[in-house]
Amino acid sequence: MLLIPCPWCGPREEAEFHYGGQAHVAYPDDPSALSDEEWARYLFFRDNPKGRFAERWSHSAGCRRWFNAVRDTATNEIHAVYRVGEARPVTS
Amino acid sequence: MRRENGGRIDRGTTLRFTFDGSEYTGHPGDTLASALLANGVRQVATSVKLGRPRGIVSAGGEEPSAVVQIEAPFPEPMLPATTVELYEGLVASSLPGQGRLATEPDPARYDAVHAHCDVLVVGAGPAGLAAARAAAGTGARVILADERSEPGGSLLGTHETITESEPDDVLGPQEVMPGAEWAAATTALLDGLPEVRVLRRTTVIGYYDDNYVVAVERRTNHLGAAAPADVARERVWRIRAKRVVLATGAHERSIAFAGNDLPGVMLAGSARAYANRYGVLPGERAVVFTANDSAYAAAFDLADAGAEIAAIVDVRPAPGAACAAGARERGIEVLTGHVVTAAQGDGQLSSVLAGRLRPEAEAAVGERELAADLLLVSGGWNPVVHLFSQAGGTLRYDEALGTIVPVACRQAVEAAGAAKGVFTLTGCLADGAEAGHRALEAALGTAVSERYTPPRATTETPTAPGTAFWLVPATDYGAHFVDPQRDVTVADVLRATGAGLRSVEHIKRYTTAGTAHDQGKTSGLLTTAIVAHALGASVGELGSTTFRAPYAPVSFAALAGRDRGSLHDPVRVTALHEWHVANGALFENVGQWKRPWYYPREGEDMEAAVLRECAAARQGVAAMDASTLGKIDVIGPDAAELLDRLYTNLMSSLAVGAIRYGVMCRPDGMVFDDGTVIRLAEDHFLVTTTTGNAAAVLDWMEEWLQTEWPTLRVHCTSVTEQWATVALVGPGSREVLAGLAPDLAVSAADFPFMTWREAEIAGLPARVCRISFSGELAYEINVTSWDGLRLWTAIMDTGLVTPYGTETMHVLRAEKGYPIVGQDTDGTVTPQDLGMAWVVSKKKPDFVGKRSFARADTARADRKQLVGLLPEDPGFLLPEGAHLVAGAELPEPPVPTLGHVTSSYRSAALGRTFALALVSGGQGRAGARLYAPVGGVLVPVTVTSHVLYDPEGARRDG
Repeated sequence: MLLIPCPWCGPREEAEFHYGGQAHVAYPDDPSALSDEEWARYLFFRDNPKGRFAERWSHSAGCRRWFNAVRDTATNEIHAVYRVGEARPVTS
Repeated sequence: MRRENGGRIDRGTTLRFTFDGSEYTGHPGDTLASALLANGVRQVATSVKLGRPRGIVSAGGEEPSAVVQIEAPFPEPMLPATTVELYEGLVASSLPGQGRLATEPDPARYDAVHAHCDVLVVGAGPAGLAAARAAAGTGARVILADERSEPGGSLLGTHETITESEPDDVLGPQEVMPGAEWAAATTALLDGLPEVRVLRRTTVIGYYDDNYVVAVERRTNHLGAAAPADVARERVWRIRAKRVVLATGAHERSIAFAGNDLPGVMLAGSARAYANRYGVLPGERAVVFTANDSAYAAAFDLADAGAEIAAIVDVRPAPGAACAAGARERGIEVLTGHVVTAAQGDGQLSSVLAGRLRPEAEAAVGERELAADLLLVSGGWNPVVHLFSQAGGTLRYDEALGTIVPVACRQAVEAAGAAKGVFTLTGCLADGAEAGHRALEAALGTAVSERYTPPRATTETPTAPGTAFWLVPATDYGAHFVDPQRDVTVADVLRATGAGLRSVEHIKRYTTAGTAHDQGKTSGLLTTAIVAHALGASVGELGSTTFRAPYAPVSFAALAGRDRGSLHDPVRVTALHEWHVANGALFENVGQWKRPWYYPREGEDMEAAVLRECAAARQGVAAMDASTLGKIDVIGPDAAELLDRLYTNLMSSLAVGAIRYGVMCRPDGMVFDDGTVIRLAEDHFLVTTTTGNAAAVLDWMEEWLQTEWPTLRVHCTSVTEQWATVALVGPGSREVLAGLAPDLAVSAADFPFMTWREAEIAGLPARVCRISFSGELAYEINVTSWDGLRLWTAIMDTGLVTPYGTETMHVLRAEKGYPIVGQDTDGTVTPQDLGMAWVVSKKKPDFVGKRSFARADTARADRKQLVGLLPEDPGFLLPEGAHLVAGAELPEPPVPTLGHVTSSYRSAALGRTFALALVSGGQGRAGARLYAPVGGVLVPVTVTSHVLYDPEGARRDG
């Protein structure tokens, strides 16, 4: 079980969190201006890297806040956590 | 046979036990296995596939053979006899490979503890004790977990002695002491330190991310019927450790030769442990078959205890010098360069065939027959790397050691002692102390100058390098067992490689080798080696199969802990619950809620009760407890804007005092939830959700607010449990309401549909909403939860109102074609598919899901759409889930299906059965005949509109 450092509460058990998928996939400014393919890419297509991945988490059984984390999908190591709206930090 | 003296057993106390119907005795300190051996019982199980007799192979948790059923006092299937501590009144029986689950409920308690520590040491053998000692007494929190009843590990089963390297103020001036004594003194010292916790009978079963380690402590299993009822039988420890030292020791492995599964064939180190720890000689005349020096120590200990050693059969050209000398001293014949070609006997070992190993020959031939009732085998030692591997550590095959050793791990863990491939006692003590010190410094984040100096061995189990020897060559491999628990032989492995399999993972699955309760602890590497032999590859390049949790079998009861029965899941009840119970309601689980299902009167079955309740709602007055509907308070200057973005229809245009039905979709355009939106004030709404989706809808609002629209000034709060809600339904409901609320103007003109009023109802402050989920004139009366029961009682006291449950609610809403999200929808259904294009705004520039309604897929003519179905036989009730097909005869499979039944009921109002269904292109099929295959018969049905009752909506004003 991961120990996830919530930016608001500090390290907490993974069981307190919900996973929210890839981060930085913004809702399009004007969906009606998108082609079907562009809209489908927003809806259905996500990266699936082996390695560092910026993803969304919600501390659902704690402060109920959403935040972002950079996690290595191969080792589960969390390299950074940061607040919604902040740019992905450089984690080398 | 029990020795006359020796062993760590309490000879002054006798314990009676029963095995396979016969009564025996043993002593405290015995395991079931040692007691059976002391009583001369050789066969303790029968193999699962071949029905072969099986005996006791080991003295620990690695046991691949002696699996028994505990019958009393507590039924438990499939326990290795080597891990069951003996207690008074134990009743056990041998197993034909598979156990039987208990038929009665388990009366014992199980619990769980969460713990944090700086250093966790797994295993309390010499390395683990030294590691714990090195980390302890420094202020650091240390946990030492050991799976046996008594710390000491291998020291308990050998006669090794040690001496302190430096004078030790705790252990005193004694210069040389038996290893077991040192273990006891060290454990006592650790027990006395406030920051140290020694967990006995505690098996670490899993190693997870971020040094999260799960262990199971067996607290009262060993006490039998004497176990106190107020102590949990087993306890799960969930430990988060800064650093972990794995001092898990090593398992001896067998060698593949004919008949190596016969009772009487035993791992050499285990026989040594029986002699020394339990005071038991597992046989009178033994042959030893080895490829290394360690088995000599076993032979010597058994010989010194009075057993006859017929011969030591050593694969190697010569043993280590000390071993050769020891054998000479004791007059034991050593057959070097020899192998055991067969273990023979009828049901148990009676003789051993040995022969010279000729590398050029295809098969070794038995040239000498040695009478023996015990055959000690040592193919070498495998470090117990399971937890290291589970932690993500890498492993490597060490050619010199002839085994797999740990290499590196990204987690804060290291192996120490035999678990790392260190096989001398002095080496293990030193290695453990160093690992413990490193772990301490790493956990504290600082250097610690004070250092524990571990003792060293004065006598050593000889450990001259062995030869990695796996397989005695033969022409027939049908009785060369690799995994006795799964009855897998070398012949089976060769069949797998002959079929073209190359990966040890594939061969494991094909042969099932290593998949039994012992997870191949003694057989895994042997299997790899046989594969390597067959493929002409090296063991190192094939590697081992993946180690997965749990390391040892764990009972479901332990994992469940307190979370079973009524504590398995929270039960939510409404403020009116006690009335429902007192008035005979039957209940339906909706999520965690208990909702009244229907209220049968005397002599009524469900069908009769529901028909009566439905008729009351359509013709008179009926009331339902609707408190479980999710309620979310949405407040703030941008509340209307948020709802406009999340609902498909416009909410900002809703007047204060009015109510609107709304649907929420996901961005893909599929229906997510529905409910009503009540405007309480310009900046204040109350949103209702389906009962099961309340939490999900609140989460949904929060997700959008926090991640996409953080500038919206809105707060969302669950108020589901703050309100009790009663639906008052039926043409007579206005009259009943008027009677309870004399100050409320209730006429259709004064209190129109889809508006709400504040009023005093039965003397209670209430909010009344004129909404209907049945098509009838109806009100939903909301009061605070505290007043709920008073409101309901006042309504019932009128004597005019019939209580109804969820089943009637379902029938009434289905007659009107109102879908239940999650029953009539499944995440692939749009509002348009539900016949609700009207709820999708054309005016709003955007809302969640809007763009998807312009996708070609959501415009397909053959989308599944909600329709009504009338079975041609008006008495036939379609099963929900039934498929629908076009023709009166089924074509050859695959049969194209047009859709399925989502809801199906008997209708009092229609005087017949009906159903709702999702049907491909259903909105264009009105009047068409379809068929539902039910029980081998094609049942004809007619497609109708999904609105079957009062399609004009004439009844809603009463």
